Amino acid sequence: MSDEHAAQAGPGQEVAPVAHAENPLAPGLPPHRPRRADVDPRAAKRAERQVALLFTLSALCTIGFIVGYVEIPNSEVLNLPLMGAVSASNFTLGVTLGLAIFLIGAGAIHWAKKLMPDVEGVDERHELRSSDETREAVYAQVAEGIADSGFGQRKLIRRTLLGAMALLPLSALVLLRDLGPLPGTELRTTLWAKGVRIVQDPSLQPIRPEDVVFGGLVSGLPATLMAVEDSAGTLNARAKSPVILIRLRPEEIVAEQGKNWDYEGILCYSKICTHVGCPTALYEHQTHHLLCPCHQSTFDLADAGKVVFGPAARAMPQLAITVDADGYLVAQHDFTQPIGPSFWERG
Amino acid sequence: MSTIERAGQGTGNYLDDRIGVNRWLKKNLGKIFPDHWSFMLGEIALYSFIVLLLTGTYLSLFFKPSMTEIVYNGSYVNLQGIRMSEAYASTLGISFDVRGGLLMRQVHHWAALLFVAAMTVHLCRVFFTGAFRKPRELNWLMGVGLLTLGIFEGFAGYSLPDDLLSGTGLRIAEGIVQAIPIVGTYLAFFIFGGPFPGSDFIPRLYIVHVLLIPGAILGLITAHLMLVWFQKHTQFPGPGRTEKNVVGYPLMPVYMAKAGGFFFVVFGVCVLLGAAVTINPVWLFGPYTPTQITAGSQPDWYIGWLDGALRLMPNWEINAFGHTLSLNVFIPSVVIPGICFTLLGLYPFLEQWITGDRREHHLLDRPRNAAVRTAAGAMAITFYLVLWIGGGNDVIATHFALSINTVIWTLRVLLLVLPPIVFVITKRFCLSLQRRDRDKLLHGIETGTILRMPSGEFLELHAPVSESEKVLLMAGDRYEPLELDTTPDDNGVSPRVSSVDRIRAKLSQAYFADQFRLSPEELAAAEEHHAHAALDAGQGGETAGAVAAVTGDGEAAALTAAAQAGSSPDQA
Repeated sequence: MSDEHAAQAGPGQEVAPVAHAENPLAPGLPPHRPRRADVDPRAAKRAERQVALLFTLSALCTIGFIVGYVEIPNSEVLNLPLMGAVSASNFTLGVTLGLAIFLIGAGAIHWAKKLMPDVEGVDERHELRSSDETREAVYAQVAEGIADSGFGQRKLIRRTLLGAMALLPLSALVLLRDLGPLPGTELRTTLWAKGVRIVQDPSLQPIRPEDVVFGGLVSGLPATLMAVEDSAGTLNARAKSPVILIRLRPEEIVAEQGKNWDYEGILCYSKICTHVGCPTALYEHQTHHLLCPCHQSTFDLADAGKVVFGPAARAMPQLAITVDADGYLVAQHDFTQPIGPSFWERG
Repeated sequence: MSTIERAGQGTGNYLDDRIGVNRWLKKNLGKIFPDHWSFMLGEIALYSFIVLLLTGTYLSLFFKPSMTEIVYNGSYVNLQGIRMSEAYASTLGISFDVRGGLLMRQVHHWAALLFVAAMTVHLCRVFFTGAFRKPRELNWLMGVGLLTLGIFEGFAGYSLPDDLLSGTGLRIAEGIVQAIPIVGTYLAFFIFGGPFPGSDFIPRLYIVHVLLIPGAILGLITAHLMLVWFQKHTQFPGPGRTEKNVVGYPLMPVYMAKAGGFFFVVFGVCVLLGAAVTINPVWLFGPYTPTQITAGSQPDWYIGWLDGALRLMPNWEINAFGHTLSLNVFIPSVVIPGICFTLLGLYPFLEQWITGDRREHHLLDRPRNAAVRTAAGAMAITFYLVLWIGGGNDVIATHFALSINTVIWTLRVLLLVLPPIVFVITKRFCLSLQRRDRDKLLHGIETGTILRMPSGEFLELHAPVSESEKVLLMAGDRYEPLELDTTPDDNGVSPRVSSVDRIRAKLSQAYFADQFRLSPEELAAAEEHHAHAALDAGQGGETAGAVAAVTGDGEAAALTAAAQAGSSPDQA
C-alpha cells in the first residue's frame, strides 16, 4: 500500500493526483488494561451473579407471558398512569415477552463485557485478488472452453441461440397481458347521466335543494351506485362518482364550467382531487375554497373550481345539475371531462 | 470428557465426515470483528429484518388478503355491521380476537420502521466514513438496493390492511403511476387489474409483500453479509490498526455473545415498543372507501420525503398534441427519487474517478478529512429533511397557526437555498477541524500551565500529542488536486485536453484544493525542528533553561522550546 499503487490516472495529459502513503507512524496496540473482574475474583463472582439474575428474570417473564396469555381476556382494559386506557392483554403480553427477550440479550452482553476475554486480537488481511497466474489460467481456460464449444466459429449456432434467447422473455411479457383490461373509456365516464338523482353519502337519501344550506357542504353519490356495486362487487364506480354540493348566493358565483350548471346557486363538483385522486373534504365556506387534505391543493368553487394553490394543475370538474319532476337534485349529464388525476391520454 | 463435549464432538465429526465443516470452522471461529458503536447500525437493520420475518409469518396465519366485501361482526363494537373488505376485517380480527395478535401487528410495524431507519443511518455511516471505497463498491450497491426494496416493502405492508389511511395511500400511488408518460395509464390498469381500486390489488400486493420483496431482501442481505465476511470489516484508524490487519474481538466467544445478545436486545425493544406505544390503530380509521378521507393523514416516516416532494412541487402540467404530461406528479414522485437513488448508487464510482485512487481502503476516514464528501453528504441530508418536513406541512401549519401557503413557499425556497448553505458551512467546519488537528500535531496540546519567565514573559506549556493520538490525527489519504498539463510540447503544440478531463480536473480542484492536512514529511520536519530547538535551548537558551530549572525537569525544556517554535508554525 505505497505510492506505487497510487492513483493511475486515465488517459489524458493530467498529472495523476498523488495520494500519500499510509500513516508512517504505527505504534502497536495499546497495552491491555485488566478489568476489575479480571483481577478481583469477588468482582467476577458478582458479575456472574448479575448475568444469572438477568437470565432468571427473563425466564420469569416468559412464565408471566404464558400466564397473561391464558388469564387475561382480550377485552380487558387497563388504566395506566401517563398511558391512559390500554389493552390489558397487549400490555401484559408485550411487556413480559419484551423483557423475556431483552433480558437474554442484556445478560449475554453483560457476560461478554465483564467476564469474556477483552484482549483485542489481530487478523491479517490477505489480498482479495487472485494471483496473476490464476487470472491468466482462468482466462485461458474460458477461452479454451469457448473455442472447444465452437461458440466463436460456428456463427449460425451462436446467432440462432442468441436470437432464441432474446425472444424467449417475450412469452413472459405476453403472459402478463391479462393482468388487467385496457383503459378504454374507463377513466372518462362515470355513473352520472341525465336524470340520475344525487343521494347523500352515506344515508343514500335523495336531496332537495333546501337540504343544501349556505355555508354547508353535502357529500353526494349517484342513486344508481348501489345496484352497480352489488353486481360488480368492486368499489370502482364509487371511486369515480363522489360529488360535493354547496350553495352560494348568485352574486357570489364568479364563473362556472358551463352555462346554468348550477341550480339556484347550488354547485356540484367532483370530490376527487385532480392532483393524485384523494377525496377532497375540507371546505372553507367564507372563501368558497375546497382543500384537499392529502397535498393541500386548493380549489375556488365560486370560480369554476379553479386551482388557487397547491400542486394540482386542473380545476375540479363540475357536474351540471337541475331538479327532476319530484323536486330532487339530479345530474343534467355526465361530467364533460375525466375526473381525478391526469393521465397521458387525457389531453 | 463431559457428556456435552462428547455429544458436540460426535455431531462435529458426523458433519465433518460429510461436508468437511471443521476446515471452515477452524478458519472462522476465531475471526476478528472490529468493535465500534457505529458498526451496530447495520446489525440493527439485520435483526429488525429477522423480527419482521418472525412476526410477519405469524400475521400471515390470520390475515386474509382479500377484497371481498363482507359485513363485520367481530368483537370491535364500533364497526359491527359495517361493510368492509376481508383484508380489513381480518386485520381487526388480529387486533381484537387473536390473543397477542395486536402485539404481533405492532411489533411488526415498529420493526419495519426501525428496519428502514437503521438502514438509512447505516448508509450515512458508510458514506461519511468512506467505507464504500474499493473494494466495497459492490456492497454499497447492494445496500442501496436493500434500502430501495425496504421502502417498497414497508409501503406494501402499510397498504395491505385496506383501512382508510392505507387505501388513500394506494389511491395516491395509483395517481403517481398514471402520471408516468406514455405507459402510465396502461401500467396502472395492469397493476390494479382495471380501474382503481378493483378487487385484484390486495391479493397481488400480498404476494409481493410476503414473498417477492422479502425473498429479494433476504438474498441481498445474505450476499451483503458474505461480502462483509469475505472482505473483512473496515476499522477506524488507531494504534496498531493498519490497512493490512483487522483489530477486534474473535467471533467465538466474544463477538458471538455480543452480536447474538444484541439481536435479543433489538427484538426485545421492538416488542416493548409494541406493548407500550400504539402504532397504526387501523380500527380508528375505518375501512377504505374512495369517498372518505381523514385530515392530517401521514404516511410512515420513510415515505414522508416523497410525500413532501409531491406537496412542494409547483402545479406544472403540459398539454400538447392531445396528451397530458403531469410534471406536478411525475417529477416529485418518479424523477426526483430516481435521480436521488441513482446518484447514491453511483457515488463511490464518481469519487474514485475524481481521486483516481484504485487502491484498497480498509481504514475508515474521519469525516473531517474528506471535507467535500462530508459536506456533500450533509447537503443531501438537508435536501432530504426539507422534503421530509414538507410531508408534514399541514401539521406544521395547524400546530403553529401558520398559513399553509406560507409554509409551502418557505419550504420551496429552503429546498433550493438551504442545501448549498449547509454544504459551505459543513465544509468550513471540516476544514477548521483539520486545522485544529494540524495545530495539535505541530504545537502540541495546551496544558493550561502558565510559566512566567524571568524576563516577565508569560508562556503556556504545550504537551506533545501522544503517539496513539498522532496515529489518529495523521490517518487518512491526502490527495493533491488534479492539474491539467497544458504546456505546449517542443513543437509548440498544446496537448489536447478532452472535456471529460476538464470536468475531472474541476471536480478534483473542488474536492482537494482546500485542505489543511499535515503530510508525514511536514510532521517529520516539524519534529526535527523542535528537537533542534530543544537541543539549543538545553545548551544555553535562556528561557528554556530557566524553565528547566524551575520545573526541575529536563523534558520541560523540550516542551517549552516546542511551544515557542509552535508560535510561528510557518517556519516549521
